[in-house]
Amino acid sequence: MDGNTVRASSRLLKSTNKTALHLERRGKMTVMVCAFLIISAALSITIFLTVKGLDAFLENGVSIVDFLSSTNWNPTDHKSPTYGALSFIFGSFLVTILAACLAAPLGIGCAIFMTEIAPSWGKKVLQPVIELLVGVPSVVYGFIGLSVLVPFLRSVVGGQGFSVLAGTLVLAVMILPTVASIAADGLNSLPGGLREGSFALGATRWQTIWRVVLPAAMPTLLTAIVLGMARAFGEALAVQMVIGNVRTLPEALTDPAATLTTIITLNMGHTTFGSTENNVLWSLALILLAMSFFFILFIRYLSSRRKFS
Amino acid sequence: MNSRQRDQLATLVFYSIAAGITALLFGLIGYMLYQGFPKLTLDFLTSPSSSFKAGGGIGSQLFNSFYILVLTMLFTIPLGLGGGIYMAEYARDNKLTSTIRTCIEVLASLPSIVIGMFGLLVFVNLTGWGYTMIGGALALTVFNLPVMVRVCEDALRSVPREQKEASLALGLTHWHSIKTVLLPAAFPGILTGAILASGRVFGEAASLLFTAGITTPTLDFGNWNPFDSVSPLNIFRPAETLAVHIWSVNTQGLIPDVRAVADGSAAVLILAVLVFNLLARWIGSLLHKKITAQA
Repeated sequence: MDGNTVRASSRLLKSTNKTALHLERRGKMTVMVCAFLIISAALSITIFLTVKGLDAFLENGVSIVDFLSSTNWNPTDHKSPTYGALSFIFGSFLVTILAACLAAPLGIGCAIFMTEIAPSWGKKVLQPVIELLVGVPSVVYGFIGLSVLVPFLRSVVGGQGFSVLAGTLVLAVMILPTVASIAADGLNSLPGGLREGSFALGATRWQTIWRVVLPAAMPTLLTAIVLGMARAFGEALAVQMVIGNVRTLPEALTDPAATLTTIITLNMGHTTFGSTENNVLWSLALILLAMSFFFILFIRYLSSRRKFS
Repeated sequence: MNSRQRDQLATLVFYSIAAGITALLFGLIGYMLYQGFPKLTLDFLTSPSSSFKAGGGIGSQLFNSFYILVLTMLFTIPLGLGGGIYMAEYARDNKLTSTIRTCIEVLASLPSIVIGMFGLLVFVNLTGWGYTMIGGALALTVFNLPVMVRVCEDALRSVPREQKEASLALGLTHWHSIKTVLLPAAFPGILTGAILASGRVFGEAASLLFTAGITTPTLDFGNWNPFDSVSPLNIFRPAETLAVHIWSVNTQGLIPDVRAVADGSAAVLILAVLVFNLLARWIGSLLHKKITAQA
């Protein structure tokens, strides 16, 4: 550190030397600029994507009601192109909710095992492993789905293999470590006295978990699930590789479908920037943006209800 | 069934859930490594990819991944550090601070494809650069910034209060004590966080599809002029990274040996995540020992 060799008199705030005060101001300005960059990044993403996302409705005259309520998606038709995105909106919600239904009980069960049943082993071995798995890139999960799960489903359930079910399973496996690791943090942060109080009253471990630990940690556990859902809702490539990408509404779990992200991924590259077909994709992105704001608000609501933190 | 039996049953269920999940995840990751490992020859790792024929490697993709990672960290670390210092040291408990917190939360929870589309709008179309390495790195900076700010803020906050107070009591200015006392003490935490964030950036694909593109020009690795269009160092060229490559060979590729290339690439990605994680833990504990003077 070069600063160590500066004489003390020149580092003091109230010295006659003005450089220290000057440096103080300059340092504070620098970090404030960084902080403002964060605000401007978040604001400009919101503004740019909102403006661009509304283009299709305001400039190209696509009906917003049709967009949200029709399943008729055919933007390449020359005579009468239709832009009904309901199948994709439905597909996104379907895979997200199904994946959360699979991952939530398993993830929370795993977190309970790590914190309540085998804390020493859980903390030393399982938690680092789970955290490592959070970092595995989503394309890898998608590729595993494509090369292992899809052929497996094809031979067991029949059909193509590319299906809602495949998408759900890939997403569930992908968000499982996220849910487990956040839920474990939540359970760990509960005051230890809760459990001891319950044991002292003669409750078994299961009664303590079910009647004391789970209700006390409920807001955090829900936060873990919502964060997992947010990740699943926004995931693009992993789902795109296994879900089959068709425009129609799926009628069974084994039918192929599409989600908002998969349609954007597929078509963004080869539609002309500024065309109606392209602008509608930005409207799909606007829905993704709105959903991620919704998830944030929901998590805020949950954390305001947290009793122990 | 009495409460004792119920307790035993529940314990059994939890054991099997934990065992099942561990087995499943280990199985998947192990399977990918097992499939990909035989493909990891020096030739595969260094030769350029081919668009039609079999036998292409992942040389340029691997290089692009690391290059984009370095560029991203070059932007993210100073910005994240600045933001973290502001949040930990200067931010008062007011409206502005809570706005910044909300913005960090918003950025952190945006789907990466949305960040990619923002990048397409701003760094590709608005600037007129087209698909470029630098556009991809800037999009990844937006993607990574909230993580980095949090890491730096947490690391600075976990420095014992007494250290800061002692340095202020000696008459140092706030900025000078941040620079000479707080930052060195927080360094292990920041470094660990930065390495973990690098792992995340390395595997990111969705936000790069429309910013860095899904193609790579033929690179001449003997050409080190950063302004030449075939030079690997040129930051204004399209650059397909390894994670994007896995996706593109599987969905858009025409090569006959898709499976082999993708297997190998996936194994490299998993290995990279492993290495980044272990490195972060190892360096973190090493530095911690050195700074706290434990043998």
